[in-house]
Amino acid sequence: MSHHSLASLDELKHIARRIRINTVKMIGAAGSGHPGGSLSEVELLTALYFRIMRHDPKNPNWPDRDRFILSKGHGCPALYATYAEAGYLDPALLNTLRKLGSPLQGHPDKRMLPVLEASTGSLGQGLSIGIGTALAAKLDEQDYHTFVMVGDGEIEEGQNWEAAMFAGFHKSANLTCIVDNNRQQLDGFVKDILDPAPVAEKFRAFGWRALEVDGHDFAEVIPALELARAGQEGKPTAIVAHTIKGKGVSFMENNPEWHGIAPKPEQVNAAVKELEMAAV
Amino acid sequence: MGTSTTVKAKFELKMGLATREAYGQALAELGKTIPNVVVLDADLAKSTYSYKFAKEFPDRFFTVGISEANMVGIASGLALSGKIPFASSFAVFLCDKGYDQLRMCVAYPRVNAKFCGSHGGISIGEDGPSQMAIEDYALMCALPGFTVLVPADEFAGRALVKQMAEYEGPVYMRTGRPKAPILYSAADGFEIGKAKVHGKGRDVAIIACGLEVGQSLLAQSQLEEEGISTRVVDMHTLKPLDEQAVATAALECGAIVSAEEHVLEGGLGSLVAKAAARLHPVPMEFVGIENTFAESATPDQLMEKYGLTAPHIVNAVKRVLKRKEAWPPAGWQRSR
Repeated sequence: MSHHSLASLDELKHIARRIRINTVKMIGAAGSGHPGGSLSEVELLTALYFRIMRHDPKNPNWPDRDRFILSKGHGCPALYATYAEAGYLDPALLNTLRKLGSPLQGHPDKRMLPVLEASTGSLGQGLSIGIGTALAAKLDEQDYHTFVMVGDGEIEEGQNWEAAMFAGFHKSANLTCIVDNNRQQLDGFVKDILDPAPVAEKFRAFGWRALEVDGHDFAEVIPALELARAGQEGKPTAIVAHTIKGKGVSFMENNPEWHGIAPKPEQVNAAVKELEMAAV
Repeated sequence: MGTSTTVKAKFELKMGLATREAYGQALAELGKTIPNVVVLDADLAKSTYSYKFAKEFPDRFFTVGISEANMVGIASGLALSGKIPFASSFAVFLCDKGYDQLRMCVAYPRVNAKFCGSHGGISIGEDGPSQMAIEDYALMCALPGFTVLVPADEFAGRALVKQMAEYEGPVYMRTGRPKAPILYSAADGFEIGKAKVHGKGRDVAIIACGLEVGQSLLAQSQLEEEGISTRVVDMHTLKPLDEQAVATAALECGAIVSAEEHVLEGGLGSLVAKAAARLHPVPMEFVGIENTFAESATPDQLMEKYGLTAPHIVNAVKRVLKRKEAWPPAGWQRSR
């Protein structure tokens, strides 16, 4: 279906590694940014752009393309690195992240980077936008799918549940909400701040099909996304992806301190070395 | 000063439809000619009159339930996919509950989505302050790139709704609950950003929008009997403001009164004052709501109590005339 060749499992793992390395490097070069929640979403982004979504980097405005909206806008470094891997972005731009005039703004800005489906950064809004694109697909009898990624901290925002109620009630089967369930938010662990658990049950109660996967295991992520994209149950799908914040960089993993600070140059080097050495 | 003057009913206003009803009528018309127009409402379709579109085009109408934030986000997504969404609710709920979404999902990416806040101002009457938008001009004008419209009657309403659809970019329109006096006809053309001027008086220019245009015309008639000549500028577009119309009014009249059904902070008066200060400073007086919420009562009682009826405009004109006669104020030359 896609206008690019489907990556093999081995290729996906290598792509994910490069996205992680670029994510750490670009945040390091910027001197600020959000590494933790960027690293947790990498396998999900990789699977979407190299296996699941119908899209064509040569034709970014293709009306039939699947839409991806990163509602947790602070996780944009990994999305930018994914765009660069997929061919939407010159990789040389990655080290301009957060710099004056760069299309790679601190949070996603569609004005500066039109390939983005939405501008995000104020949490809680992406799912509503995704409902809009999904409704438009139905009106135009187009079969593209809309994927929205939210964070588990982000779903503390009430607007998510307005949107969940609407999509469930309207049986928006062409809409998927991926929850990057990395269990942390800025001030600490989600369970200590305002625990939205049980997340899958909440979505089910709102009329969604909900799946739970290991968000770093392609063998679980891909079948779940394929199932969601097929949309056959006549319901929107929520994929609760259990992830590790800071995944792949041992000193960042599961440490809320790394929500929103940049690694120093020596930390970037250590992280890149660890990622390069890790078995794929 | 401060005492209200009774307006002698030489000049009478003939009542027409409420601007909210004109909105619904115009939407139903647009539905026929523009297939991409879709309409959303947050459980107030009967009050905003968007139901008129829903009746004709049920497949292109989405009632989202009582969830304004979600509605604005959905409108954004529809616009990003090539639709021309018109989303409506009471102005206070749309603008206040949907503000972050209007900012993030609409103004910031500059999507082609349209919004209508009905029941603007205090003229909704008995339902009281929780339902009254008295700050929507300020909120919506503060969002970069938004166009803000306030029609004064049904003809202006219908014409401007059509303009909204044809204009590329985010637009907000405020409509009102009560019937509005007829000021125009179907032959009058309206253009976003182009004020309508009533009369050629040179003593004072009254710049108004919405229901205050009718009140200003009543004031104009009363003042004329007293030998004071005014012109009434219907500033139906608050943003982008017709600054040329403000400059011309300031230059030719030498004094301005603004009149709006809105708090005095950040609304029409503030916008006009900014333009006049830049282009041709003259004395100004401001008719509007003075740093307060209103209350429950009949619309007429509230408009009178909160200083928005023609007699209040007459008084403001007389105040500004006194200042004009003493213009420039003492010290003006020296400080120059």
